[in-house]
Amino acid sequence: MKHFTSLAAGTALLALPSMALAQDAAPAAVSDEMVWIMNTLLFLIGGFLVFFMAAGFTMLEGGLVRSKNVTMQMTKNVALFSLATIFYWAFGYNLMYPLGDWAIEGYFSALFPAPGVLEAVGIDLSGADDAGYASTASDFFFQLMFAAATASIVSGALAERIKLWPFLVFVVILTSLIYPLQASWKWGGGFLETGWNNAELAAAELSYFYDFAGSTVVHSVGGWAALTGAIILGPRLGKYGKDGRVNPMPGSNLALATLGTFILWLGWFGFNGGSQLAMGSVGDIADVGRIFANTNAAAAAGAVMALILTQVLYRKPDLTMILNGALAGLVSITAEPLTPSLGMATLIGGIGGVIVVFAVPFLDRLKIDDVVGAIPVHLCAGIWGTLAVVLTNPDATLIGQIVSIVIVGVFVSVTSGIVWMILKTTMGIRVDEEAEINGLDMAELGMEAYPEFSKG
Amino acid sequence: MIIALIKPFKLEEVREALTGIGISGMMVSEIKGFGAQSGHTEIYRGAEYAVNYVPKIRLEIAVTDALADQVIDTIASTARTGKIGDGKIFTLDLAAAMRVRTGETNEDAI
Repeated sequence: MKHFTSLAAGTALLALPSMALAQDAAPAAVSDEMVWIMNTLLFLIGGFLVFFMAAGFTMLEGGLVRSKNVTMQMTKNVALFSLATIFYWAFGYNLMYPLGDWAIEGYFSALFPAPGVLEAVGIDLSGADDAGYASTASDFFFQLMFAAATASIVSGALAERIKLWPFLVFVVILTSLIYPLQASWKWGGGFLETGWNNAELAAAELSYFYDFAGSTVVHSVGGWAALTGAIILGPRLGKYGKDGRVNPMPGSNLALATLGTFILWLGWFGFNGGSQLAMGSVGDIADVGRIFANTNAAAAAGAVMALILTQVLYRKPDLTMILNGALAGLVSITAEPLTPSLGMATLIGGIGGVIVVFAVPFLDRLKIDDVVGAIPVHLCAGIWGTLAVVLTNPDATLIGQIVSIVIVGVFVSVTSGIVWMILKTTMGIRVDEEAEINGLDMAELGMEAYPEFSKG
Repeated sequence: MIIALIKPFKLEEVREALTGIGISGMMVSEIKGFGAQSGHTEIYRGAEYAVNYVPKIRLEIAVTDALADQVIDTIASTARTGKIGDGKIFTLDLAAAMRVRTGETNEDAI
């Protein structure tokens, strides 16, 4: 077949007039096998890009914590990713994707608690779980990375004061239950996808929820879990003075924080582009292209807005805010990276950057201590991005978006609040005062990240 | 013994001026402190905070009595910008000195 095509092309080059004829002919249909291969390839590429976001989160957090807590932050990040891998396989994947087999229709998968299972070795298309789609392993691999990203969001907000093991217990529950359960309501074909419990609204298509790659399903979930955790855990010692003043605790390495942000920015092309979930046709790969361009535009706009705003408000640009601004732009475009024009993507991302610059000091006024700005970036910009879908996607409705944001927000806040409270009363979630002041690296791990530098 | 506290960016200029008048050695330390210049405020992630200590360079130069005034004048004229925070110069009597390698003492050791 390939040989034949190249012969035909050669002939066309020799006899130019025949090219017009060749263009008139209908394009050869893409075979089912090729569609399956291309879809699988998208999941694999998207999956390893999103995997690298774990490195991005780790470097961002490592740069924004003080040097006495860097080893602990590295430990939490590598441990949370690894635990997410095990528990998303053991419980999360089948809870998230019921494949139409519900224990409670639209709410709870009947496949739970069976672990995820791969296709056999060396199958042909007839042996595939879903011959019209992509390999199960590639889908599992891709989806797993989203669960891990959700957990990464939490670790940054609670840095420098939370104990290692209770945090890891929370990660296990988040990635095996809380995240996949609410994700099944949308991406598993549950009630948020099919229209929540109101026949009239559903008939008018008012109750459908649009969240392309997870401004709400991933980012706000991490954000809500981080918010409840930060409130229950309390701020770092000395962060808020008795007279209400805020004491900054500058990060240890802004070069690492910047590298982390660029890594996340790169990974986001997989996060949003991969969420097209198909590239077996011209239409699909063209859409993936649109998504890449829009995702990048939104990130750039978020960074620029934070750069300008901090210059105007604080007289000097604040790099940490610019980094948060870029990430907020990315979160903002995640709910709908496909339908916006480049101009709209720039606007949506830019507003995300503005939100961050105001949300960071606002949280400080509430005495909610978020070390890396995870709540402004993932929760506040996540809500904005979910609402912004209605600007460019005519199928989305404001009421459908708002109610879904609230449903997910209440569910995640309540469940993670309960888990944090149980952990607080059983294991205790906070290190003691001396350990916090000396740094978690020496107190909990007996190991410093930078042993040859003096203490900062 | 002359102890001079100067703005860090003036260090190289002062060193060149001093070697120009024949000074063959000095001690340099990076220090923090406050004086008339006091501190200032910076903003990190929207929260204002006070920087109470200003970085300075501390020079310690052992000189003979004959050279002392010239050294003080040289440092003062080189390190001066006219703005607040230019620093201070203190002069102390040095009780004794010895060059470790040769055992020479006092003026021979300087």
